[in-house]
Amino acid sequence: MANYSTNEFRAGMKVMLDGDPCSILENEFVKPGKGQAFNRVRLRNLKTGRQWERTFKSGETLEGADVVDRAMEYLYNDGEFWYFMESETFEQYQADAAAVGDSNLWIKENEKCDVTLYNGTPLSVTPPNFVELEIVETDPGLKGDTATGGTKPAKLSTGAVVKVPLFISTGEIIRVDTRTGEYQNRASKS
Amino acid sequence: MPCGDAPPRFLQTSPEYAMKRLLAAYGVPMFQIARAFRAGEAGARHNPEFSLLEWYRPGFDHHQLMDEVAELVCECLGARPVEKFSYRQLFLQRLALDPFIASAAELEAVARQHLDAGNLSGDRDLWLDLLMSHVLEPGLGQGVLTFIYDYPASQAALARVVAAGDVNVGQRFELYVDGVELANGYCELTDAAEQRQRFTRDNALRRERGQSERPVDEYLLAALEHGLPDCSGVALGIDRLLMLVTGAADIKDVLAFDWRRC
Repeated sequence: MANYSTNEFRAGMKVMLDGDPCSILENEFVKPGKGQAFNRVRLRNLKTGRQWERTFKSGETLEGADVVDRAMEYLYNDGEFWYFMESETFEQYQADAAAVGDSNLWIKENEKCDVTLYNGTPLSVTPPNFVELEIVETDPGLKGDTATGGTKPAKLSTGAVVKVPLFISTGEIIRVDTRTGEYQNRASKS
Repeated sequence: MPCGDAPPRFLQTSPEYAMKRLLAAYGVPMFQIARAFRAGEAGARHNPEFSLLEWYRPGFDHHQLMDEVAELVCECLGARPVEKFSYRQLFLQRLALDPFIASAAELEAVARQHLDAGNLSGDRDLWLDLLMSHVLEPGLGQGVLTFIYDYPASQAALARVVAAGDVNVGQRFELYVDGVELANGYCELTDAAEQRQRFTRDNALRRERGQSERPVDEYLLAALEHGLPDCSGVALGIDRLLMLVTGAADIKDVLAFDWRRC
């Protein structure tokens, strides 16, 4: 991969740092009037998700990281690995639990998601912002109770548990924001 | 700038040398707002082409000039209290470090308590610059005008160096307002021989860092030999002053066409 100098650092650029692929979030040029120039860089470690700031001498270089985002279809889970397929090439990738992380609460077979590849291997999986999932378990619905604003826990087909309004019942399909884990609305029954 | 077969010329990084030649010739107070150019300096507070208000006061020491700077800045931003700390006081109070005496390793250890410096390495001045710009500067001048004065001799730049107790200090000052470095001034070095030595030292440092050497400005040295009056001078960043006046967070908001758009 190419090397990038601090003055080329841009938000979104992927670089190698301390042996891990990192995404640059912010790059700030800091220079005392008569002194040496630094770049204070905000980064996210793409393996651990940790965000932090590191200071470099201006002009220092980092190696680019071979990291790409691909739209893929989630196929299945064999108990150990999750399998994804690039729709155009039909090429399949297996991701381990570390790469899938909490996304396993939201991904549904045969649906799309974004897979981040690092050196050709899945590094992380990002579900769509909104998914529609079936409720497999919740307390019986209180018909007509749409006004009190109360909530109850509901277990979804993926294993995720979300808070839903009291009138929702088992077997219904709901729409969930995967970034917050919050119920949005009822979706039409499948 | 290449120009036919003639040797390359440089855009000025500050109008200082030219103004000192005029001072040596006329010995009167003077000011100008000039464009200055510093390659590679681009960011939220830096643009490679920027404006400096630079002025000189024969007969002033740097404390008198600080008072005048404060008057001007209060005129632009509204009245604010003014505070002054020596560079040494500042480091002692805020970091319990003596910036004149602490070793590079001690400075580095304190810097690393405050920030992730990765594999940075360097001399005392690197760590002092890092502590100043990353740890101290953001807290300086909050609602006030904060002057820091009397810098380590290694950071004197073009200021006169004098003995102060057990150490030598460069009679230089900086003004900070709301965490922004706004002005840099000196009680000016008038000694031509000392000035020549500093040029030589700067070039040695540039060689060490793998940078190209700068031709020594013989016109400036001749002017100093002719005689520069005792004076103080200061450069104030006009774009940064406009940022403070308008509340802009990025220098691009006070420029017609910033570096990223030209």
